[in-house]
This record gives sequence, structure tokens and C-alpha cells, in this order.
Amino acid sequence: MNRLQVELPGLSMRNPIMPASGCFGFGKEYAKYYDLGILGAIAIKATTDQPRFGNPTPRVAETSAGMLNAIGLQNPGLEGVLTNELPWLHQYDVPIVANVAGTEIADYIETTAKLSKAENVHAIELNISCPNVKQGGIAFGTIPHVAAELTKEVKNVSDVPVYVKLSPNVADIVEIARAVEKAGADGLSMINTLLGMRIDLKRRKPILSNGYGGLSGPAIKPVAIRMIHQVSQAVDIPIIGMGGIYTAEDVVEFMLAGASAIAVGTANFTDPFVCPTIIEELPALLDELEVDHVQDLIGGSWKQCNVHS
Amino acid sequence: MIKKDLLKITTQKEIATNIMEVTCSGSLVKQMTEPGQFLHLRVDTSDDLLLRRPISICDVDLENESVTMLYRVEGKGTSRLSYKREGDTIDVLGPLGNGFPLEATDKGETALLVGGGIGVPPLYYLSKQLKERGVNVIHVLGFQSKENVFYEQEFSELGDTYVVTADGTYGSIGYVTDVINEKNLSFDTMYSCGPTPMLAALSTIYGDRRLFISLEERMGCGVGACFACVCHVVGDESGTSYRKVCTDGPVFPVGEVVL
Repeated sequence: MNRLQVELPGLSMRNPIMPASGCFGFGKEYAKYYDLGILGAIAIKATTDQPRFGNPTPRVAETSAGMLNAIGLQNPGLEGVLTNELPWLHQYDVPIVANVAGTEIADYIETTAKLSKAENVHAIELNISCPNVKQGGIAFGTIPHVAAELTKEVKNVSDVPVYVKLSPNVADIVEIARAVEKAGADGLSMINTLLGMRIDLKRRKPILSNGYGGLSGPAIKPVAIRMIHQVSQAVDIPIIGMGGIYTAEDVVEFMLAGASAIAVGTANFTDPFVCPTIIEELPALLDELEVDHVQDLIGGSWKQCNVHS
Repeated sequence: MIKKDLLKITTQKEIATNIMEVTCSGSLVKQMTEPGQFLHLRVDTSDDLLLRRPISICDVDLENESVTMLYRVEGKGTSRLSYKREGDTIDVLGPLGNGFPLEATDKGETALLVGGGIGVPPLYYLSKQLKERGVNVIHVLGFQSKENVFYEQEFSELGDTYVVTADGTYGSIGYVTDVINEKNLSFDTMYSCGPTPMLAALSTIYGDRRLFISLEERMGCGVGACFACVCHVVGDESGTSYRKVCTDGPVFPVGEVVL
């Protein structure tokens, strides 16, 4: 028995680790560092109906224990992803989570309909939480009924389960989570980045050309854990947890909070080998914590019956 | 497969104001054969320095598995790097990126190497390799001021070397382009690395010549995944074509990317 195996809608994962969307391109870059076949799943970079160049540079700025980014959803567009990126990933026996972004409901529908038919796409991640685009993105993720409406429309056309990626930049994340669950979401992924800013002292201007950007990295980890702890107790659908995960210990913490699988984002930039390192270290940590199977951790911080004795 | 390794520092010293020279050794050095590539350094494992720092390769001693990097102490990362001493280690990823094409210049031809400020270091390893191939090398090195000048002696040992400072406190006064004009320097290939305005000026003047430029851009991952260091492509009407400085560059032939 594989003690790292986790089962989520559409995703049968050999371990709970996947690189997070936007932090792993379409996989090719990291294939130069290790065999992608060891991963639990791969969340590919957000895809929009048309190719996008994204924002002007500078697009990243380091912060204390974190970084700001304002890439602006640069991607080769739906056709480019279908013809070039997904077929290349087919050589790996790893489920692909395709992140879908758009500016209007119609974009999301078209992109989802086509991507979800690709053979190796096992789930759609609905991006309603990107803080770095002028239109769409986060606009769909902050008002519960708007998020629900989009979820419903996308669910109608998707051939695979749909995970809604939630933004932490909201007053009440539980309300949004409940709304998209009711609208038919099969799962949630959370959290996207927190909106932040840095200013250059001499120029008196923002460091990022976009002005604001999304904060990621260890700095946001406690926020992510708190939100997953809240949301996982309020909904019945599984959560892919993310937000500053760097170590096997972080993975356990997120799963105890209520995540069923996790995604590693910014840490890939610090150490391209972080995913294989975490996967390798996880079994020894489970031993140390006297946990038989990684699934036993899910929600362990609040499930009465799961408390280890 | 690209690897990372812990390299051990053998020496570190300040060679000009805020310019550090660090030499370190390890088996990873064996792969550092291409001038113009860079190393991606994780200065330490603390949480507050999250991103790696791209530093160009200045010189390599393959036999002794030793690499030299020059960097300017500018922010938190380079400042902490400058505190490291002999025996300390650095987490090094690389070598990364595409370097300068040596084969662009034939034996007996002349290469003009033009560097500005902290863009000067990668030209040293390039110059050594060009010279080994029988290429005549000429160097034009631009700095802000006398206190910032470094490696004049090292470059001079390989070929004619002209130093220019913006304030005229050392060498001639002005910019690298002034020196090339005044000295009427002729060349078959030009290789350049430095601030973008300098590269743009050279591209305007020598755009129809054999010219290779090395760009610097704020990077995230350094491996091509995060799309932080992208630039537009010359002549791309759609506006969606791009090159990544980290993996498609940092060296590009003139006229390929928009500066």
C-alpha cells in the first residue's frame, strides 16, 4: 500500500504534492531538473482563450519571507496549450490540473470546454483570484453570487471535475466557498496570493510596474492555514491547500488544517528540487508523527475522532 | 539534468568600492565551460531571502574546479553574501542560460568586448576563451568613477584595454561609445554586457554588425518557469511573442529583443 496516495475528484495522486499553477510553467523547465513522473499532479500555468504577454517588467519583487508578483497571466493561449504544452506532458503518467482564466464568462466557458477534453487534463482549476489583471480574474472571486454563477456555467461544459481557486482578498472566504460548493464545484484550491505592494524609496514609485502584486511565500502561510481550517469545516468538498509551503512539515500542517492535497508554489523558485525533496522526506515525517497514511492527517486539527492517542 | 551543489568559498575580497570578488570551488565547476552563463545563488537558507541571486561567471579554472564571480553589494542579498568568508558554502544552481557564441568569431579576427559597470565580469572569461582560439581581443570598459574601476590589469594581459569613466576621474571621460569612436576601433565581432541604455546605444550604432549583447533583468526562478524576466521580440506585431532573459538569454544577437 502506498501510504502517500490521496484520492480527490478526478485526481488519483501517488502523493499529495503538486506544483502550483503559475510557478511551474507547463513543466518543461523543471523536467531539466528531475523526472516529473514522481509528482502527485501538475497544475499548469493559467490558460486564457487568446495568447497574453502579461504585464511590463519588473514583475517580481522580494519581500520579507515572501515575494510579490504581477506577471499578468502570460500564456500562449488555448490553442497553444492544446497543441504544444499538453501533448508534451503526455509522456508523464501524472494527472494535469489545468488552470483556466478569463475576462468574461464566455472566455472561461470556451477555454474550459476545450481544455477539459484533453486526454491528460484530469481537473480544471477555475482561476477567479488572480490579482494582477485589469479585467476578470479576481473580479469573479470576491462576490459570492458572481463566483457561483461562473462556477455553474463552467461546470456545465467541463468534462472533468472543477476546483475553484479562492482569493484570500475577501471579507469572508467561507461565504464564497459555500457559494461555489452549492453551485457545483467539486473542490477548492486555496489560497491564491494576497494583494501587496512595495515602493522604491528613491523613485517614490511602486517597484512593480503593475503597482500592486500578489504576495506569496512563507509570509502568507499562517493566513492560508487559518483559511483552510475555517473553510474545510464549512464545506464537504476537498481542498488543495497552498500558500508558502516549503517543507514536509508544512505539508502536514496544511493537511491537519483540512487540505486533502497541497500545491507548492514560490518554493520552486527558491529550490527547483523542492517537490522531490518534500516527497522524499514525507514518509520519515509520518513515521516520526506515528501516522500510517497521509490521508489520516486531513482535518486532523479539528476532527475529534482523528486525534492520535 | 541541471544540478545544484554547495560550493566552498576559497577567497572573498573587495576589489573596488562595493565590488566583491569571490572564488569558490566544487565539482559543479566542471560544467562551467560557456562564457556568459550565470550562476543562481541561494545566499543562505533564512526565510527572509527567498529568491536566488543571478551572478555572472567571471572566470573558471576547470583543472582546480574553481570559479570566480564579481558582484556589486547592492541590497540585502549581496550584502549578506559579502559577509561570507573562506570555508563558508554557497548553494549554487547552474550554470544557467545561453552564453556568448565563441564560434561567431574566427581565428585571426578581432573581437571588441564592451562592458559597463557590473556587466564587465562575464567578458573576462569570454576574452580568455576567445584569445585561446586565436582571436584578437580589444576591451572597452566603462565605469561610473575611478573608485568603481576593476580588472583593468587582468584584461590588459589579454589585449588592448581602454577604460572610460562617466565623470572622467580615471581613463578617458564619457561613455564606451565615445572611446570606440575616438580610438577608431575596428572589429569583426562585438560582444557586450552592461546597463540597458548602453546596450541600446551600441545596438543603434552597430545594429548592422556582428553584435551580441547580454541583458540583465530582475529574475524570479532563473529557470524559465515564472515569466518574470521576459522581453518583447523585435518585429513581433502580435505583441505576444517573448524571450526569457534567464533561459533564452541572457545573451542575444543584436536586433532579436526589444531593449
